[in-house]
Amino acid sequence: MAAHRCSNCAALLILCSLSVFIVVDSQETTLNGGHHATTVHNPQTTTGTAEQTAEPAVEERRWEATAVEEATPDDDDDAAASDKQDTSAPETVDPSSVPQPKDDFQEELVIRPLHSGDIYASFQFRTVWETDFMRGNKVSHYRLFPKSLGQVISKFSVRELHISFTQGYWRTMQWGQPFQPSPPGAELWVWFQDSVTDVDGTWKELTNVLSGIFCASLNFIDSTNTVQPSASFKPLGIGNETDHRFLRYATLPREIVCTENLTPWKKLLPCGSKAGLAVLLKSEKLFHSSFHSQAVHIRPVCQDWQCKTTSWELRQTLNVVFDLHNSAQGKREWSLFKMFSRTLTEACPLASSSKIYIDITDNPQGEQFEVSPATPLLSQAVVLGDRRTFSVYDLTQQITFGTVRSLNLLIRWKSSEGDMLRPLLHAERYVAGYGLQTGEIHTLMYNNHPYRSFPVLLLDSVPWYLRLYIHTLTVTSKGKDNKPSYIHYQPSKDRLRPHLLEMLVQLPPNSVTEVTVQFERALLKWTEYTPDPNHGFYVGSSVISSLVPSIVAMDTNSTRERPLFSSFFPCKEESSYFVRVYTEPLLVNLPTPDFSMPYNVICLTCTVVAVGYGSLYNLLTRSFQIEEPSPGLAKRIANIIRKMRGVPPL
Amino acid sequence: MGLLSDPNRRRALISLLTRLNSPICVVCYMAGVAWFMGLAFEPFTLRTYMSENAMGSTMVEERFPAGERALTTGREFSAHKKKAGGMPVDWLVKTMQARGLEVFTQRFSRKLPFPDENKERYMVKGTNVYGILRAPRAPRTEALVLSAPCTPGDSNNQAVGLLLGLAQYFRNQIYWAKDIIFLVNEHDLIGMQAWLEGYHHTNTTGMDWSPLQGRGGSIQAALSLELSSDVITSMDLVLEGLNGQLPNLDLANLFYAFCQKIGVLCTIQGKLQRNDWDSVSGYSHSVQTMMLMVMKQASGRPWGDHGLFLRYHIEAASIKGINSFRQYKTDVTTIGRLLEGMYRKLNNLLERLHQSYFFYLMPSLSHFVSIGYYMPAFGLLAVILLLRALDLWVQLVSSPGVLSVLTPLVISHLTGVALYTLPIQFQEMAVEQFPVSETEAVVLTAIGYNVFLFIYIGWRVLKLVAVLYLAVLLGCTALINFSLGFILALTLVPVAAFVTPHVPKVLSAFILVILSPACTLLFSVFFFQELQELPVSFQEGWLLYLSVISQGILDHFLYGSLVYPLIALLVYPCWLLFWNILFWK
Repeated sequence: MAAHRCSNCAALLILCSLSVFIVVDSQETTLNGGHHATTVHNPQTTTGTAEQTAEPAVEERRWEATAVEEATPDDDDDAAASDKQDTSAPETVDPSSVPQPKDDFQEELVIRPLHSGDIYASFQFRTVWETDFMRGNKVSHYRLFPKSLGQVISKFSVRELHISFTQGYWRTMQWGQPFQPSPPGAELWVWFQDSVTDVDGTWKELTNVLSGIFCASLNFIDSTNTVQPSASFKPLGIGNETDHRFLRYATLPREIVCTENLTPWKKLLPCGSKAGLAVLLKSEKLFHSSFHSQAVHIRPVCQDWQCKTTSWELRQTLNVVFDLHNSAQGKREWSLFKMFSRTLTEACPLASSSKIYIDITDNPQGEQFEVSPATPLLSQAVVLGDRRTFSVYDLTQQITFGTVRSLNLLIRWKSSEGDMLRPLLHAERYVAGYGLQTGEIHTLMYNNHPYRSFPVLLLDSVPWYLRLYIHTLTVTSKGKDNKPSYIHYQPSKDRLRPHLLEMLVQLPPNSVTEVTVQFERALLKWTEYTPDPNHGFYVGSSVISSLVPSIVAMDTNSTRERPLFSSFFPCKEESSYFVRVYTEPLLVNLPTPDFSMPYNVICLTCTVVAVGYGSLYNLLTRSFQIEEPSPGLAKRIANIIRKMRGVPPL
Repeated sequence: MGLLSDPNRRRALISLLTRLNSPICVVCYMAGVAWFMGLAFEPFTLRTYMSENAMGSTMVEERFPAGERALTTGREFSAHKKKAGGMPVDWLVKTMQARGLEVFTQRFSRKLPFPDENKERYMVKGTNVYGILRAPRAPRTEALVLSAPCTPGDSNNQAVGLLLGLAQYFRNQIYWAKDIIFLVNEHDLIGMQAWLEGYHHTNTTGMDWSPLQGRGGSIQAALSLELSSDVITSMDLVLEGLNGQLPNLDLANLFYAFCQKIGVLCTIQGKLQRNDWDSVSGYSHSVQTMMLMVMKQASGRPWGDHGLFLRYHIEAASIKGINSFRQYKTDVTTIGRLLEGMYRKLNNLLERLHQSYFFYLMPSLSHFVSIGYYMPAFGLLAVILLLRALDLWVQLVSSPGVLSVLTPLVISHLTGVALYTLPIQFQEMAVEQFPVSETEAVVLTAIGYNVFLFIYIGWRVLKLVAVLYLAVLLGCTALINFSLGFILALTLVPVAAFVTPHVPKVLSAFILVILSPACTLLFSVFFFQELQELPVSFQEGWLLYLSVISQGILDHFLYGSLVYPLIALLVYPCWLLFWNILFWK
């Protein structure tokens, strides 16, 4: 029952604002453990040795594995299934029977070959530590958990911290949904403990400290780009405080991510980049890619299934997409060496689990691509509403590395056919109009689901120098006005805070919903311009959070493999999944003076003042009097004579 | 500034100006024209130089190898174009997708206000195809555009071939920081207008287009490529855009710098650069080049597909490959390398092109005249109007009634409004009743009336108002489009200066008609043909003149060119006021 409480709690937190609008059939979830229900994946796991052909056995074991899974303290909502357990792996025994270590480290890599020929690699490193930073006792002994972050948590009373650095834009239409979405540039959102009194001050200090830890310009986060979203960002860990006064959210779309951010990020790992999967993280290859994103998530999680005490979870993720044309010279063949210029020789000795997953869902019979060396281990999980099959390589087993003592996975495409399932939700944004006075921001949200409509939460944070005309806000889908059911708008204050616009919009099936709002470009003070004002000014990505109806529910084939009694009502966990989509940031030109102008202006003003004001001043202050014309010579002589005679002069 | 406070000296100056008014005016006019002609003299001009540091010292290597393959693609395109009888949309989409681009299409349609006889089109329907090369690790905020029009017939296939070849080559490079949009537009300017309006989601001209699906953020620069032969002798750069707007001079500098580096002959206005500036023929050559630019700019038309970009503050130019009878030929690989170099430098840009001049004239590709140098020529002409106005003001004894001038002003402007609206309104009627061609019908209705106005007020007041009006009008025009302002000033200022009711009527009326905006345009047509070394007979010239007028009207309705409304609504009424003064009774 405790598991239930815990799970409902997690579900509540994530869904807090959304769940009202979602029809969830909670009746049917008791069997599968509702605590994974509304998160982005569910813990359907397969025993490793299961053959593809032995369908009933797989089914049976999958359910068993789920029961085991329920008991573990994982309540991930990120993707990629760090909780896919292989019963064949020795360390994965029922946790209730063996006492848990005080801290635990897991690492894994998911590789997904994409239809475009590109390849997507997603690293996750997870450290869980049963400690409490918040109690009075000072935590001084650190083992796996990085001390720098531990101190940050205790000093600033952080409850949850999510930070991501991304270089590039995730191409949803070509690559599908990512496991961990992130906007271009840097994104930071933090929930503080409710004991914090001066949230803004703490936030300011925190950003400066993080700026130092990650070698990034996070110190540029100030009140002009910080917002407090009311609904879009809910805590992902345990806890039921959802008062958004304790939430701060900021993005820096201009932040450029490079080696100097990767190095401190790698240093947080227990093995550094010396051993384990982190050996692959070489910057010269990681930054020779189409997309690079690294993130750190810290949150409290339940320690055990009773959830009496909490642990801290640190999750470091790194996502990278390598390009077919640039990195592979157009050849549809990928290997670990080609991607990272390294091969794997060992797992991190400190890791309790170290695995590589390869997504082979689209390749069940091996007709699309072949993977070598082959592995007998298979795993299945519902990721982002889609049931995926993975080949698993366990790095803690020596047999994985074979006779050459090194693992160099090779994926060779056989055909380039096959279409990607269109992502059900994607969005784009652009600035319309021309000229430097006004403009219009258009946000397009696509619902590609053939028959289901679903609500999305749109979060827009626009800097103050674009003065939004909120009365021009329109939301249209299919040519008709689409009235948002919830609008939270906080107007900007010049030089103090940005606009914040949050809306709950229902997207009709198979439609495009367009949100437009006009704005005026402000004229900045001349010291407020950046050193490169003609580059333009950035407006951060809009965030679209949604519960998207699952693809699994669309698929009638999946019900065939299951007992009939279990598949009449659509399962809650499969009916929808949580997705966050970021639009592209905008680059907006503001009216920019010619900065060589001050010199000209000084010259011109001086001239105008000297000439215009001078003569006007002259006119105003001069006293005018009629001047006697000077007498002629004859008259003067006459006057002298008259003076001598004593007669008054003429 | 003792003038304000010293009545004596003020009086002396004014009496000097009124006494010597006519000689000063004549001298100013001569000086203005002389100054203008002097602009083309090389020692008086500045050498072009790269102002933008991001494009200056950074070195790029050009390695584009695949010219032959581009030509093959061009031939393939040509075959598919013939088969499809227009834009081979499906083939283009497939080819671009095979090159790893994100491909989108846009449909558009437009009904012209009256049939365009030059290009034989009335109801226009078409499709633009564009592919976006996504820059790795860039957040879709900036883009560059390379476009090639898909024209009917056999022309411009090589341009599309080269565009696709460059797309393939660019796709494999890692260094792109801005998305690159490869656009093939149908129906040249109309397609380009539709695409730009779609991209920026505006609708200024009432065109129907389908919304764009993919974008690359704010466009930083654009080049339009025209290439119709496998080998070329020289590359021509076209800068003049809509309403006489010009791209930043750095774009021209970039083109010139790469032509020099790669060793391609480059021209502007189709004229090669000459080194003998001190000879008479050398000077006249640069005068010709500059006058061609002035004429083109004054016309307010976009002289290439790039012209429409300028409205959106996107620096753009057209590059045309020219194949003449010279011996030295350049192959497509070299042109590809030229473009590659230019795009790599544009890719290096941190800011929009803004460092160099936006207002300039080019007597040759390596020399330019900046606004500071050419404005005095116009200023000298404009000062004549002010001097005449001063003269009239001094002559006015009683205080003028402002209301009395209102009637002729209103009437002449109503005539202007009629001139603006009637051609389109009545062209259908004219066609029905007379067996004239559409173009002629439009033009004849346009120049059909010369209204005689006889209103009885003090002519001096009217003239004062008219002269000041003209001065303001020309001043504003010259600030936006120097060439247009200057050409109008050349003809209208003498009219404004000499017209009174007391000059011989017939002769003056003749001069007035000769110097009217309509006749100025006629002379310009002949002059332009002469400059291009394609002299025409009077008959041809007249036909050309008619088509130029109809093109001007079309430009206004299709792309929003402002020359036609400016002439019809403001310049023509102003000229009518002077006509009114001449026939004063």
